[in-house]
This record gives sequence, C-alpha cells and structure tokens, in this order.
Amino acid sequence: MNWLNKLLPPKIKRAEPGAARRSALPEGLWSKCPACEAVLYATDLATTFNVCPKCAHHNRLGARERIDLLLDAAGRFEIGAEVLPVDPLRFKDSRRYPERLRDATESSGETDSLVVMQGAIRSQPAVVAAFEFGFMGGSMGSVLGERFVRGVQAAVEHRIPFICVTASGGARMQESLFSLMQMAKTTAALTRLAQVKQPFISILTDPTMGGVSASFAFVGDIVIAEPGALIGFAGPRVIEQTVRQKLPEGFQRSEFLIEKGAIDMIVDRRELKDRLADLLALLQKAPAAA
Amino acid sequence: MKNTFLDFEQPIAELEGKIEELRFVQDDSAVDISEEIARLEKKSQSLTKDIYAKLTSWQICQVARHAQRPYTLDYLGRIFTDFHELHGDRSFADDRAIVGGLARLNGQTVMVIGHQKGRDTKEKILRNFGMPRPEGYRKALRLMKLAEKFEIPVFTFVDTPGAYPGIDAEERGQSEAIGRNLYELADLKTPVIVTIIGEGGSGGALAIAVGDVVQMLQYSTYSVISPEGCASILWKSAARAADAAEAMGITAARLKSLGLIDRVVPEPLGGAHRDHAAMAQNLKKALQESLRQVSALSTQELLDARFQRLMAYGRTKEQPVT
Repeated sequence: MNWLNKLLPPKIKRAEPGAARRSALPEGLWSKCPACEAVLYATDLATTFNVCPKCAHHNRLGARERIDLLLDAAGRFEIGAEVLPVDPLRFKDSRRYPERLRDATESSGETDSLVVMQGAIRSQPAVVAAFEFGFMGGSMGSVLGERFVRGVQAAVEHRIPFICVTASGGARMQESLFSLMQMAKTTAALTRLAQVKQPFISILTDPTMGGVSASFAFVGDIVIAEPGALIGFAGPRVIEQTVRQKLPEGFQRSEFLIEKGAIDMIVDRRELKDRLADLLALLQKAPAAA
Repeated sequence: MKNTFLDFEQPIAELEGKIEELRFVQDDSAVDISEEIARLEKKSQSLTKDIYAKLTSWQICQVARHAQRPYTLDYLGRIFTDFHELHGDRSFADDRAIVGGLARLNGQTVMVIGHQKGRDTKEKILRNFGMPRPEGYRKALRLMKLAEKFEIPVFTFVDTPGAYPGIDAEERGQSEAIGRNLYELADLKTPVIVTIIGEGGSGGALAIAVGDVVQMLQYSTYSVISPEGCASILWKSAARAADAAEAMGITAARLKSLGLIDRVVPEPLGGAHRDHAAMAQNLKKALQESLRQVSALSTQELLDARFQRLMAYGRTKEQPVT
C-alpha cells in the first residue's frame, strides 16, 4: 500500500455476509484450540463461528462475523460508519494516539471498536451493535459512544429492539475523561428505548470489563453471556493486588456470574441466534417461529 | 490542626518552621520580633501563591488526596443544617464509604450524597478509603429515588479513588450497581448538582456524578483511571504517574476548557485543607448559584437539557463512507 492509499478513508463497505470472515481467523489452514489443544481446520472453525467443535471453547469473534452470526443476510445496513476518531487531548504515551489508531485500523480492518448494523433476526427487525476486540481491545471511546447512541436512536425511531454484543477491556485511556463520559452517554440513550417499550438485550462475551461492564452491559432487559467469558468490573490482577489473595477458580467467569445472580442465562454461540429470535418474539408478544 | 506539607511545599514548610520557632522564642523574649514574624508570614504567603500558581497535574493530584482535605461530612457540617443521615441499601448492608441523607440548605430541603474517606487509620478502614462496594451505590440510588419522589434536589459530593476492586464487590455486582445508577440518574426527575471535591476516580465517581451541573473544586481531579494505573498500563511503570496525569488532563482547569465540566470552585490559598471554613463558604456560594440556575427550569426542561448534555459528550469527526 502506498502512502496515498493510507490517507484515503478505509473501505468499510462490507455489509455483505461472510466478506470479513478472514480477519479474525488465524492464519493458515490449521489452528489449535487454546483450551483443548485439538488441531482444527480453519474452515471448520468458520462454520462454528470460532467455537471449538471438540471442546466447545468459545474463541473470540470479530464484530462483523458476530453480525453475520446474528443478522439475516438480507437487508442490512450499517449505522454510524461515518463517525471516526480524533485525538482531542493530543495524547502521547510511548506512542501517539493517532499512530495507535492507524495500527488498529490496519490490523483489524475497522475504523473503531464498534460496528452497528440494522437488519433482521429471523425476519424480526432489530439493530445489532457488536464490539471489535481486535481494535484497541474493544476500548470505549467517543466513536464507540456515538455509534452506540446512533444505533439506539435508529431502534427508537423504528420501534425495534436493540442488541449489543460486548467484548472490551474497558475505557480508552487515550481519550481520558471523554472516554469515561461515554459510560454515561451510552447508558442514558437506553432510557429512550425503554420509553418506547422496546427491548435492550445485552450479550456479554469474553472479555467484558471495566467501563463497558459498569455502564450499559448490565442494564439489559435480558442479559446473556457466552460460556466461559471473563466479565467483571475490576481486572483479576487489580483485585489480586488489592486483596492480596489468590482468586477462586472460575472467578468472574460466566458460570460464576449466573451463580451469583448477575445474568439471566448462558447461551452457546451456536444457539445464540435462535435463542435471541425466540426471546425477541416473546418480549414483543409475536407468535412463535415456525 | 497542624498543616501537613506535601513534597513540593517544602520551601513553605521550612519557612513556616522558622516562623513557629520565632513565635516560641518571642514568648519569653524581651525583644519584640513580631515585625519579623509578620514579614516572614507575608513571605510564606507569597511563596505559597507562587508555588500554587504553577502546580503540575501530578501536584494537584497530591493536593486532591491531601490527608487534611475536607471530606463530605466536613462540608455537611459547615454548609447544611438539620442533617439526618439515612443508612443502608435495604438488601445487604450499609456501606460507610458513601454517606447520605436529608438536610437543609438555607432552610430548603435537600438530599446530600457523597463519598466519605476516613481521617485516622480506624476510620479509613471503616470507610474503606472512600471506595464503595455495590451496596454503597445502591444506597445512593435509594436516596436519589427518595429525593425524586418528594421532588427534593440532590447534591452529590465526589471523592473516591474508585469503586472497590474486591472479590465481594464483584460477587455482589459492582458493574451492575454502577451501570444502574448511570441509567437512573440520566432520567431522575429532580435536579442533581454534582461537585468533585477531591478525587474523581473513574466509574466509582461517575456513579454519583451524572447531573445537571457538574462542578469541581480548583484542586480536585477527575479521570478515567488513576495516573498510577494509566502509567502502569501505557508506560509499563507506575513511576511515570506524573506523565500520565499530565497527558490525561485530569485537573479542573483543563476539564473546564474541554467543556466537560461547568464550573470551577476556587479554593483558599494553599488548598482547601488549609482553611476548611473558607472552602465551605466558597462551595456554599457555588451550590446556591447552581441550584438557582437549575430551579428556573421545569422538570421536563431539566431532563431534556440533561439528556442533551449527556449525548453531547465526546469528540469525533465525520467522513462519508466510500
């Protein structure tokens, strides 16, 4: 890629299903499951949306694959792709924030950490927002907040449900307090969805931490988690340093959360779309799917 | 109370030490040295003024965390009357890291909710260093809903290093408690006036900091992560906290210029801890003005304005998708 191409806005018109599948898959034909170490065909993993066919370990899934998983192929369009990041604080640590943004765009193919799309789930219209963990750890900055809000607004306008799939380490430090305020902004937008009596379903995937966990993630009308996902406010390392004791096995995992009463259900990714379609139909008092 | 000096205040500390000595000598001395004392006191003042005029973000952070800085209960005693503390979240416990209750401001009924730190070791532990657990946020929410029911304005005082990162806090839903407050505050049908009085530490601060007016004391801080935390993640060394503090822009003046807060409340010379009474007076004035400002609005206008303000947070650019 020459320098001129680098300056051009990245091509993000990839709403057709399957087109972005390559990005989150490991290179090559073979890959190894990090949980059971089974050697798997990359093509097999693609058909199971990155769930290990041997041990059902849920590997991370990119935003667009997630949308492919949940939304019907026909009639989708992206919301908020025109909103792009800036560097309001001229933030620099060991590197400048714009450099980090550029790298993240190159490696993930996204312009920020949230992809929002309107479409249908088994023919029921809905807006789905999916985090891209591959873009700076799915961190929440101004762009994420704005895209999220535009997605909610579209749901309010069309009186349709809003679904968000989280995968995030938390706030984006490079945007400092602007980032913190996205917690308030995103969560506040959902009050308008409630006013038009449309559901917000929150799907927590590995990992959902910090400012994302402690804002809209748990205010869903229904909160679903994928198996084995790390979900919590403070990171395990911070907690260990604070309390100076070893954390119990499985701490902050989905199975721990459901035991503590924090979430409604744990759903295997391969059943997620069907469960979601059922729940939406039930909440909207629509007849059961044939 | 004897002032505890911070590292960067050492020149002031030395001077004050000298003044103290002279005062001691003067008591049983035939020679009048009061003029000399007065001269040194003036010098100490101007030195303080000079040092405080050029504080770095990291130094301001030290002032915000000063062991003698006034806390919520100090202001409660000086600004409000008839305070009746209300305890507990009605389901688990009473979290002492957050205090709240009914009180009067110039005779008017108000609800006051704030983080509370401890002064001595025993109280610090009781207050968990001002780091609430979920039950603290749920108590705060209960009091907010109570205020809403009776149309009582809410004043919140923010002063926390952050929500408590402990095993029990996670087990009881720290995330949910904070998120729930953000959700409810966005649409709470009564005025909410927020003041950052010390440390505004991340989500643990924000959970009681969504409101119609957000003001900060001059030497308070508000940030998404502590400078130490930011430094250890981005610089891989907590020792770079001063750099992180500068880069994040955590001070009242910077956040005001970025449009993230509405008002900066001036502190007495040398910081709020030097003069609690004067600080309380400044704060009372600011609270009254803010209350007058929001009281002019109808509930609907108030909620619309709050929502607009929340939706406006963030800086982005727009570019047509090709």
